[in-house]
Amino acid sequence: MSALDAATASPAGKLTITPELVAEHGLKPEEYQRILELIGREPSLTELGIFSAMWNEHCSYKSSKKWLRTLPTSGPRVIQGPGENAGVVDIGEGLAIVFKMESHNHPSFIEPYQGAATGVGGILRDVFTMGARPIAALNALRFGAPAHERTRHLVAGVVAGIGGYGNAFGVPAVGGEVNFDARYNGNILVNAMAIGLARTDSIFYSKAEGVGMPIVYLGAKTGRDGIHGASMASQEFSGDQEEKRPTVQVGDPFTEKCLLEACLELMAADAIIAIQDMGAAGLTCSAVEMGAKGDLGVTLDLDAVPCREAGMTAYEMMLSESQERMLMVLKPDKEAQARAIFEKWGLDFAVVGETTDTCRFVVRHRGVVEADLPIRELGDEAPEYDRPWVEHRPQPPLTPDAVPAPRDAGEALVALMGSPDLCSRRWVWEQYDHLILGNTVQRPGGDAAVIRIDGTNRAIAATADVTPRYCEADPVEGGRQAVAEAWRNLTAVGAEPLAVTDNLNFGNPERPEIMGQLVGCIRGIGEACRALAFPIVSGNVSLYNETDGVAIPPTPTIGGVGLIDDLAHHMVLSLDREGLDLLVIGAERGHLGRSLYQRNIVGEDRGAPPPVDLSAERAAGDLVLGLIRNRLVEAVHDCSDGGLAVAIAEMALAGGVGADVRLDGGDIPHHALLFGEDQGRYVVACDPAHTAEVMSRAGNAGVAVRLTGRSGGSRLTLPGAAPISLDSLREVHEGWLPRYMDGD
Amino acid sequence: MKTAIIVFPGINRERDMATAIRTVSGRDPVMVWHTETEIPPVDLVILPGGYSYGDYLRPGAIAARSPVMRDVARKAADGVTVMGVCNGFQILTEAGLLPGVLMRNRSLRFVCRDVHLRVENSQTRFTRHYDAGQVIRIPVAHHDGNYFADAETLRRLEDTGGVLFRYCAPDGTVNDASNVNGSTANIAGVRNVAGNVAGMMPHPENLIDPLLGGTDGRALFESVLEAAA
Repeated sequence: MSALDAATASPAGKLTITPELVAEHGLKPEEYQRILELIGREPSLTELGIFSAMWNEHCSYKSSKKWLRTLPTSGPRVIQGPGENAGVVDIGEGLAIVFKMESHNHPSFIEPYQGAATGVGGILRDVFTMGARPIAALNALRFGAPAHERTRHLVAGVVAGIGGYGNAFGVPAVGGEVNFDARYNGNILVNAMAIGLARTDSIFYSKAEGVGMPIVYLGAKTGRDGIHGASMASQEFSGDQEEKRPTVQVGDPFTEKCLLEACLELMAADAIIAIQDMGAAGLTCSAVEMGAKGDLGVTLDLDAVPCREAGMTAYEMMLSESQERMLMVLKPDKEAQARAIFEKWGLDFAVVGETTDTCRFVVRHRGVVEADLPIRELGDEAPEYDRPWVEHRPQPPLTPDAVPAPRDAGEALVALMGSPDLCSRRWVWEQYDHLILGNTVQRPGGDAAVIRIDGTNRAIAATADVTPRYCEADPVEGGRQAVAEAWRNLTAVGAEPLAVTDNLNFGNPERPEIMGQLVGCIRGIGEACRALAFPIVSGNVSLYNETDGVAIPPTPTIGGVGLIDDLAHHMVLSLDREGLDLLVIGAERGHLGRSLYQRNIVGEDRGAPPPVDLSAERAAGDLVLGLIRNRLVEAVHDCSDGGLAVAIAEMALAGGVGADVRLDGGDIPHHALLFGEDQGRYVVACDPAHTAEVMSRAGNAGVAVRLTGRSGGSRLTLPGAAPISLDSLREVHEGWLPRYMDGD
Repeated sequence: MKTAIIVFPGINRERDMATAIRTVSGRDPVMVWHTETEIPPVDLVILPGGYSYGDYLRPGAIAARSPVMRDVARKAADGVTVMGVCNGFQILTEAGLLPGVLMRNRSLRFVCRDVHLRVENSQTRFTRHYDAGQVIRIPVAHHDGNYFADAETLRRLEDTGGVLFRYCAPDGTVNDASNVNGSTANIAGVRNVAGNVAGMMPHPENLIDPLLGGTDGRALFESVLEAAA
């Protein structure tokens, strides 16, 4: 029996807080000491639970806060930056987009279907809590090596869970990433992002106002699921994952859909003072945050909390992470109206407390005060660490000829296109309803998803990107690259990049080399966001992603959102006309260090990652956006994993028209031109009548440009290699994932 | 011409459907909540897609027994045009207003993709703006679209022109490879013997705008709205 089991089994009032009990709550001895100093006495078990919920890494950001402050979070369009349920960005015409990304890594590893499903549920709630109707969802998934015994089971479960929740809720899942790497064998990543649409004059926040206002509990009932979920997310795994299954919550998208409709209906009735979803650490975190933000106290009466099971203790109710629940501060005269709306949708509605002027967080249950704590200290006075870190020293860059050429460039391309890294993700996204709501202009598979704003000729573009192998080789450069790639993907579909949400996934921050990765990546992200005028408006940090001391590669996922002001100018990557000129925009240096070619074809993983020149990135992007808006190009694709050859192959497959590729890179060897992963590049296709104009605009902008081929036929021809038929390339590209999932 | 869209809790394509009705007819549909016992006088009743009651028990099973369905059945008996799409189709079969059942997809997975359909009968109030044998492209998005009917029911369907659409290859060939969910005889949509009630799994409401990839769903609305006028 654990110390916690023993404690909860003992009659109330006869409990001593032992060091083991403190440790089981994920609190360090010095943190417990701080609690004793703050409250001047020994806490009750419920109070200890509340502190553990508020002070864990997941809720307090205690290791990352110092560094997160360095990120740019404001801009002319930013209505709300980090610190609320989600970021809010003005898109003009009285509308705003509300978005955020959040991880559900540990639960998804333990129970992939429910872990991923509730990750989607949580992020959707973050968005509609603010008054926005969700219009798109994305997800970035990282699995272990395909050959690892758990990988297939995890892929199947996570994808089914994301689909099962999002499809029923009714939000199109339009984009994201899926990748495989042995370094995630013991710790997969499930990062879910949601985007909602709201009116700028009806955004809802979590700051409580007014004394004596009713605090209302909404949604589903509270059960014993998910107790200590946030604490679990703040610890490393050690081989006991199976025992942690009860800490995973169970989702019910039907209730969430009803909750969405009920909340939006109530919001339209102007009844809400403050609203907060119950996510990590449930009732505790939501009540404390609303009170602390408003400089108010909160008193909760747990006897009024709708419970799924009889006999739940205060400790269990305060730490439950049951899903589909909300807490709100209501205008007192609107109670009857609010109750009627929630009853119509078959949801629980209960007044469970009120705001006070004491700045205390008081929890009563069965006539006993179970907790009486200073509310501000729970949040603001959470420990904050300046953890030791070591700067990562990247390896020197490799010259292009330091990476051997393939026997045949065509064979290398086919191998890359059929690899787990680059093969089609159709098997995944066909399990997600990506068309619901009837505004999906660009479906999954392009550079960024494009979602029309209902009833208008404008659209939102969205993407999620990061290249962990770059981040590991050089955290600063990798951080820059993740932002630059997201920015480039938005630009490639003709969108003006607006803002970012980030999901920083790292190992144990108590290890200086891991902390160094976090510090480096944040530095790179900040530099790129500043240079590209691409502020960060929301995000999430997920640390302790390791199992038995093996950390994941640093994975700071960047979710980028952009705006297309006129859908006549949105751009696709498909090559669907013959006789178009293909041009590479951006400087070609043949950088093969840390490329997929180097890793998958040569079997090495060394050197520095490709450097990101942020001013060149911006110049190339601005040029491309101008080409799109002036209708000078027919197709645009960003050049990233796999380089130029893969970019052109993807364009050809998407449109069903082949291409003849020509190279002329001076001293750079052909294989480095074809597979190098130099940043800041795009491939554009244009009518030959426009080629001179495109070239001259590039020249004026100081951006390198080179004619690299022409579209036509049904084959892809690389210089010096046998032509590849698109049919066979498609078979290879589409084949890997379904075959793998079928167990072949 | 008046249209009612029935809204059960958990339904999620009611807005897509309302947009399609508005786009094609220029008129707003009436949204009718599931607890209503009487639908206002309309010419067309639509049961849209989604997850009514969370698909608990079986897709459509609970919705088929909700208060509003008694009036849907009355209207169907009176000859009013009734159309169910996706979950709406499942509800109509569960309510006994259409023959057959919809089982879990053969793959056991949810599937969202464009499929090709061959129009089997263009002499109906749902398909008159299509040509018989015409191949159209429309998306599906479902987990339980695997149509099944026993041999007797199937023969009656075929004999009465009850099969509206079949899943097919782009050239119109009806084969197993194009059967996206394992449906009996590749059936994607059916109508009742009286001819006024129809259901289909694919989503015509999601393909009525060239910007979104095609307009093949439009003719269905043109047919049914004209018929109901």
